[in-house]
Amino acid sequence: MNNTSAAAIPAVKDNSTSKAHFTSKLQSVLLGGAVWVAAGITLLSLLSIIIYILYKGIPNLSLELFAPQYTTENLSLFPALINTVTMTLLSLVIAVPLGVFSAVYMVEYAKRGNKLVTAVGITTETLSGIPSIVYGLFGYLLFVSQLKWGYCMMAGALTLSIMILPLIMRTTEEALRSVPDSFREGSFGLGAGKLRTVFRIVLPSAVPGILAGVILAIGRIAGETAALIFTAGTVAQIPDSFMGSGRTLAIHLYALWNEGLAAEQSYATAVVLLVIVVLINMLSSFIAKKISK
Amino acid sequence: MHIVFAASACISILAVALICIFLFANGIPAIGKIGVGDFLTGRQWKPSNDIYGIFPMIIGSLYVTAGAVIIGVPIGILTAIFMARFCPKEIYKIAKPAIELLAGIPSVVYGFFGLMVIVPLIRSLFGGNGTSMLAASVVLGIMILPTIIGVSESAIRAVPESYYEGSLGLGASHERSVFFAVLPAAKSGILAGVILGIGRAIGETMAVVMVAGNQAVLPEKLTQGVRTMTANIVLEMGYAADLHREALIATAVVLFVFILIINLSFSVIKRKTADN
Repeated sequence: MNNTSAAAIPAVKDNSTSKAHFTSKLQSVLLGGAVWVAAGITLLSLLSIIIYILYKGIPNLSLELFAPQYTTENLSLFPALINTVTMTLLSLVIAVPLGVFSAVYMVEYAKRGNKLVTAVGITTETLSGIPSIVYGLFGYLLFVSQLKWGYCMMAGALTLSIMILPLIMRTTEEALRSVPDSFREGSFGLGAGKLRTVFRIVLPSAVPGILAGVILAIGRIAGETAALIFTAGTVAQIPDSFMGSGRTLAIHLYALWNEGLAAEQSYATAVVLLVIVVLINMLSSFIAKKISK
Repeated sequence: MHIVFAASACISILAVALICIFLFANGIPAIGKIGVGDFLTGRQWKPSNDIYGIFPMIIGSLYVTAGAVIIGVPIGILTAIFMARFCPKEIYKIAKPAIELLAGIPSVVYGFFGLMVIVPLIRSLFGGNGTSMLAASVVLGIMILPTIIGVSESAIRAVPESYYEGSLGLGASHERSVFFAVLPAAKSGILAGVILGIGRAIGETMAVVMVAGNQAVLPEKLTQGVRTMTANIVLEMGYAADLHREALIATAVVLFVFILIINLSFSVIKRKTADN
């Protein structure tokens, strides 16, 4: 076809197609180039953040920063590190059972199109979109001010557990849905009841998926600031009980900025925080990879 | 046990209800006392004189979010196209976890990086003191990348392979097939990603507080400082009392309404995509 028409009207047509061909070629090259450049920018921003923090942070790490006490001479980050661990555990203890149980309800018990399921679905979606500062303010209004707990770890942990609830629910639901129905049928066939099937057969097979979600949640807790400033408070010591105030590492970094920048300690805190988050992320993707195999 | 499971499921309903009740009960009366008009369109925020106008903060949030969109959306969508259609397998193995890591970096670390690197850069390039709308936009633009890339990539991957192959069969190049056949089909999924990114940007607090300068006045230049609604809350909540404190909660109410609208449009678009 092309050959015959080219032969019939030789010069003009040929010229225009080659021109069109050239522009389309140029367009392809430009589009392809733009895609590579954009990906380069994305990866470069990540690299520059990580390299900068490591490069500036590691030389500033010293043993004194891990001294058990925070004093005005030695801005130790050790109490904040311990508080981060406590805060993480406390929030998980509250949120994981609640999240897993509600996912079990949504996947194993509720009937499709159930009104409760719709309501839970909508509210979970809403929860996952609420910014952390709004959570923080809510925690402040309810726990710190209404219940008169004052700034304390418990208020922070309860606030965070609401915040990570949608994450745990979503990952657990996905994990439960990916358990083949034959497992459940096999268990029923052997005479096990519903509850036994859920706890003995379905949940154990869903553990890796749930774990990946929990690890993601740990990452969010470790890095959270805005939801904790007005709930857990900013006291730079390890509190005696859950009803005492204590700052986590992320708040520590913010507080150092807020109190007038102590550059060395900030760099050191940033690098410790970054390393924790990177490790948590690697662990999570490692587990996720294991599941997909 | 059925009851226990159902009761746990109700926690998220209870949480949303409590959040709404506490925010609205503490914030709405303040808006009434200040006056809706004075509160929303007042250009002065002077707590010491009992003048509470959050117009500069609303505009600040919108400006900074728009800046983040201008920077983050093109780069994010192009990177998503790269990840879905251009990326060699070996690079993908590194790039995918890298983008997930970008999502995992705490916002306070972004803020710190912005303060130490981007702010001085802007100071030396454009003068001023560097903490500015531009700095906040750049930091937020980077922060919303993983959200946009993640959602857009799966939207692009969800387009049936036949679209791409059909276009190739008609003689289009790989690039033109991806951009003019696959991409339009993934439009609404990508839009959902962008909206989710907007939600992230408007609600971000710590990173913005550290780099935006936080002057409660309407900014005129990109290199001028700006205060967002989130920054307003976090900066003054620590010492505020009485009407001042309530005005800050009312700021959160306004922010919350913005977020609800954004969430709603996100789920509408997502549902539309699922229907198609």
